[in-house]
Amino acid sequence: MKVFLDPIKCSGYGACADICPSLFAIDEFGFAQLLSDGVVAASDEDSARNAAVSCAENAIKIEG
Amino acid sequence: MTEHFADVYPGLTPRLVIGKSGSRSLSLREEIAAGTYAPVATGALIDQLEQADLRGRGGSGFPAHRKWRAVRDGAAPRVVVANGEEGEPSSFKDRWLLTNRPHAVIDGLLLAAAAVGADRAVIYLSHPETVSSVRQALVELPSIPGRVEVELHVVQHRYVAGEESAVCRSINGGPALPLAKPPRPFECGVDGHPTLVSNVETLAQAAWIARNGADAYRALGTSASPGTMLVTLGGACRRPGVYEVPYGLTLGQLIEDCAGGLSNGIGGVLAGGWFMGVADASLLEATWCYDAMRAAGSGVGCGAVTVLGHDERIEEVVARLARWYVEESAQQCGVCVKGTVAIADTLELFSRGSAEPDALAKLARWGTTLQGRGACAFLDGAANLAGTFSKIITSDRTMQPVAVE
Ligand SMILES: Cc1cc2nc3c(=O)[nH]c(=O)nc-3n(C[C@H](O)[C@H](O)[C@H](O)COP(=O)(O)O)c2cc1C
Ligand code: SF4
Repeated sequence: MKVFLDPIKCSGYGACADICPSLFAIDEFGFAQLLSDGVVAASDEDSARNAAVSCAENAIKIEG
Repeated sequence: MTEHFADVYPGLTPRLVIGKSGSRSLSLREEIAAGTYAPVATGALIDQLEQADLRGRGGSGFPAHRKWRAVRDGAAPRVVVANGEEGEPSSFKDRWLLTNRPHAVIDGLLLAAAAVGADRAVIYLSHPETVSSVRQALVELPSIPGRVEVELHVVQHRYVAGEESAVCRSINGGPALPLAKPPRPFECGVDGHPTLVSNVETLAQAAWIARNGADAYRALGTSASPGTMLVTLGGACRRPGVYEVPYGLTLGQLIEDCAGGLSNGIGGVLAGGWFMGVADASLLEATWCYDAMRAAGSGVGCGAVTVLGHDERIEEVVARLARWYVEESAQQCGVCVKGTVAIADTLELFSRGSAEPDALAKLARWGTTLQGRGACAFLDGAANLAGTFSKIITSDRTMQPVAVE
């Protein structure tokens, strides 16, 4: 599974970083940042999906 | 900068800068005499590009064969686009090519269309002189059996307008602004079809390879960076212009042998367009090839090099460039809007001597943390400026510029 972050859509609400802090963080400018190349460990798959669903801007895309 | 002055590295047999046509286009008759539009099989062209190791001349240096193959392997219909927007302010080589050898670009575009199986071909331009030279070339285009129609798409000049997803978006009738990836144009570009967006020089080089073979292409340059490249040498050198050079010489040699050497000492260098940030004078000792330029903390990019004179204050130059990034940002990504402003504000304070004590640490950090964060690589250019400046500002060479003898 891989996640992609759309930096045009992201408005920095931070739901992703709250729900899945191993993959997402809010940076010093207030926008979401991927903490890895986007490849999701099996143990994080549920929270990554949750983060994507919770993003108010629909900025997180999941493949695989 | 004399916009359309071009020459070849002394003694080099030119491939693209033929006829030294400085101020005039090669006529169709001269092009045909040089082999342009001669029938050639394209079934193995992608393999030839792989053997030649042709890399994209639009700035990324991405292997051409991989992109061409990905488009060919996508579902029909497919589209090919010649990217001649040349948004990079310090580069003039695409303009030289399009005004002096438009047929060499159209030839490459038609061969690309045949090789990937495209039924639509577009030339994407912004500079008015290239629009008229290409329009004229399209009027006189000879009839070639089975060739696709070539369309012209003209866009308002702007740096991000040349980014590949902005190219497709504009051709699709939208604004010439980048889109988030994935998908990339090779998967979903013009009209949602697999689209090859290729720099105009890459296409002209591909046409040369189609006619002369991969071995001939590799006869110049180095084994890891074979062939020749169009570079734009500008700033404080004696004979600024566009030059066709082989890879493998030092940057200092290129400036000395092509551009007549430095005209005002050396205070620093911007290489690879403005995208790779700033380097100190030691970059002149680096070999002009993909690996060595990267190892030196810079890059070949689109081949544009700006020499800074010994009396140009590097702090002022980078502060000006950083402000340019703020103005040219497409303002679509929050992180790009905020990040470019933070970099510009910090560099401006630095230039005025009133930066906070942690300014250099911040610039160094942004040089890393802002990489790959935008929808397009624009923000990476601003991050490179911050990161490279923070590195060189502490080096002795920058603090003691070398005056001209
Ligand atoms: C902000 C930005 C601006 C760009 N502008 C241009 C341009 O003006 N011309 C160009 O050929 N490539 C430009 N590129 C690179 C293109 O996205 C694309 O990689 C290139 O056209 C592909 O051609 P190539 O593989 O032959 O190099 C730009 C990239 C970025 C990130
Ligand atoms: S990174 Fe900057 S220039 Fe690129 S799409 Fe985002 S806002 Fe526009």
